[in-house]
Parts: sequence; structure tokens; C-alpha cells
Amino acid sequence: MRDDEPLIRWDWIGDHIGELADYTGVHLRLGLLPVLFGLLISVPLGILCHRWRWIYPPTLTAANVLYSIPSLALFMIFVRYTGLTERTVMIPLTLYTLSVLIPNVVDGLASVPEPVRQAATAMGFSTVRRVVQVELPIAVPVVVAGVRVAAVSSISLVAVGQLIGQGGLGYYITRGLQLDFPTPIITATVLIMLLALVTDALLVLAQRLLTPWARGKGATA
Amino acid sequence: MNDFLNQIELVGDWLTSSQQWRGDDGIPNRLAEHLTYSGISLVFATLIGLTFGLLVGHTGRGAFAVASVANLARAIPTFGLVVLVVTVAGLSTTPVLVALVALAVPPILINTFEGVRGVDPDTRDAARGMGMTGWEVLLKVEVPMALPLILLGLRVAAIQVVATATVAAYPGLGGLGRFIVDGLARNNYELVIGGSAVVVMLALVVQAVFTALRRVVVSPGLQPSATKS
Repeated sequence: MRDDEPLIRWDWIGDHIGELADYTGVHLRLGLLPVLFGLLISVPLGILCHRWRWIYPPTLTAANVLYSIPSLALFMIFVRYTGLTERTVMIPLTLYTLSVLIPNVVDGLASVPEPVRQAATAMGFSTVRRVVQVELPIAVPVVVAGVRVAAVSSISLVAVGQLIGQGGLGYYITRGLQLDFPTPIITATVLIMLLALVTDALLVLAQRLLTPWARGKGATA
Repeated sequence: MNDFLNQIELVGDWLTSSQQWRGDDGIPNRLAEHLTYSGISLVFATLIGLTFGLLVGHTGRGAFAVASVANLARAIPTFGLVVLVVTVAGLSTTPVLVALVALAVPPILINTFEGVRGVDPDTRDAARGMGMTGWEVLLKVEVPMALPLILLGLRVAAIQVVATATVAAYPGLGGLGRFIVDGLARNNYELVIGGSAVVVMLALVVQAVFTALRRVVVSPGLQPSATKS
């Protein structure tokens, strides 16, 4: 950084406000769609893991191994198959959410008290109906706790996708490094944090509205 | 599928060629750099996370503050932070360490806190009733009982740090990420995949070490399959 330069140039932010809003929208889409896809995979998989306990350890190990592949590398591996597109960012991020979501779905189902399960069966509920109408709603607070962690980390990881040109706000991070100009980097980093925190707060609100009987419940991962 | 097998073969060739195992650009040197970054940041993160986690878990005060700080730290984009500190403060290992510590503290802090807080109050009362002081209750009862969760937090933190330390290479620092960033720049696929393979293996080793550690240090009474991995 040049010595005579201020850390933040507010006029730059003023000039780019419209563009920043566009990139924020892209960033949010790239960060949140993977969580949605992750849920679509984790909920059925979690139900299976809860029902047949023996599938759980191998599934969890597989998810953990995927999680340990650096995002930088996983993006590169997918470039080969999906090209330089948004899919190349979203597929790895979806895979990352699984290691947080699956255990939370299984723990949530396991937190259903046995008498409740038996009562549902005694009332003549079929297994499928019991899972859908009784067990899943009770599991919601714990599942949402997992969604919070997945969403926050997914949003902050999107930036790395900039290395294949699809990183939303990450664009300003690489731009700032190339120009040796900190303002865009600070702006983008702060915006990403704000996006993550606002999303987290909205999810807490959603959990309270969805499960008013379980205030503040739900384990943190 | 064939393509996939070819890739594995490529990685195998790359890993076994003697050229990769020599000099500043070789795997041993990059691995050492990577382990240095990861190790130092984990030590700092453990000191911070464990201290505050035990303190808050034991006294029961400040739970809200811990949750907020941990959340805030989790929202920091590591990539942005590394690049930012490098641009403002110049190229050194400090930015990487700062970013990695910020990444590793939340899982350690939260798991320590939840572990200690989760100890059955009756057990705690029994310990007090036997005449244990606050410190004794913490060290002889709460820590041993919270150990499975604490170790889980450390494992998650260690894996995240090992995987994320690759970002250090982007603004021009060392570590295993160099292979990935250089490979990207030179359009050398073999280098990218080879470098990633080493990081993945490292992460798997970390996972195995923590699993073994849990078997050794957790008291036999708490060993069960009941503790979720």
C-alpha cells in the first residue's frame, strides 16, 4: 500500500454503490443455494441414517473427508467437469454443508423422546407419517442450528470462488490486491461478514417462529 | 470414470517423481511451511478458546458474549482477511496466522463451553459435597467429563486450519497451497490435483490422530459409542 493513501476512500464506495449491490446479490445466491441443496440431500440421508444406524458412521466419515478438501482445490477439480460457471462454486459448497447438516438432522431425530414416538404409533400413525408429522418438527431447532453454521461458513467461503472468477464480492478482494488498494478489500470483507451475520440472525428468528415451544434450543456444532 | 482413474494415476506419478521431493519448491519444504502455519495458529487458538471456554462454562457467566463472539468470528471470510492484512501490513506470515486463529477459535471455544456446561449439575454438586474446591471441580470433574466434546472441537478446528492454510499461497506466501495456486496460474492440472491430494492426506492424518487421542485420554467410563463423533 502507498504510504500517503488513506485506509478507506469513502468516495470510491460512493461511486461503486450500484455495482456493489449487484455483486452482493450474486454473493448471496452463491452462498445460500448450496445450503438449500445441502438440506435437500441431508434430510432424507439423515432420516435413513437414523433408521439404520450402521450407515451413519461411513456417511459421516465420507462427509468429513469431503469437508477436509481445501475449497481452492475442490473448485479446481470441478472446473474440469463443469467449466468456469457458478455451478463449479455451488457444487463444492453444497458438499461442504453436508458435514454439518447430516449430524444435526440425525441428532435432532434422536432428540425425540421415546414416549412421544410410541404415542404417535399408538394413535395409529404409519412410520412415514410419524417421521414427517412428529419427529421432523421436533428436530427442527437442532437442524436449524446446523443450517446456521452451514450458511455462515458457506457465505464466507464463496469469496474463494473468485479464483475461478465466480466469487461474488470476492471480485473486489482480488481486484484490491492487484491494484494495491485496500478500500475494495475492506468493503467486500465487511459486506461478506454483514451478509453472514444478518443471515444468521434471520435464521434464529425463523427457528423461533417455526418452533415456538423450543426457545433457544438447538445444539451448536 | 476413466477420466477419474486417469487423474488418480496422474497424482500417483506426480507424488512419486523424485523432482517433487527436493528443494524449496519440493513437497517436504512446503509441507513444513504448511505445518508451521497450522501448528502455531492452532496453539494460539487453543490457548484462547480453552481459557475462555472453561472460564465461561465453569462460572456460567458470559454465555451470551461467548456465543456472539464465536458467531462473529465464524462470519469473517478468511480469504478476505488474509488479502486485507497483506495489502495493509505487507507480506509476512502474520496475516495468515491472524486469519487462521480467527478461524480456529470458534469451534474450540463453543465445544469447550458446551462440554463444561453440559456436565450434570448433580455430579457437580456431589463433587462440591465431597469438599472439592472450585478448581478441583473444574480440573477433576468438569474437564474430564467435557473432554470428548473438547477434543471434537479441537479436531474440527485443526481440519479447518489445515484445509484453509492453502489460502496463504494466494498473496504469495508458502505452504501446500503454492502447488494449487501455481498450478492454476500455469494451467498445470497435475500440480493442482497433486497439491490438493497432499492437503487431503494431511487432513486425514489429523482426523486419525484425534480419534486415537480420544481413545487414550478420555476416561474409560466415558468412552462409549454413546459419545457422538
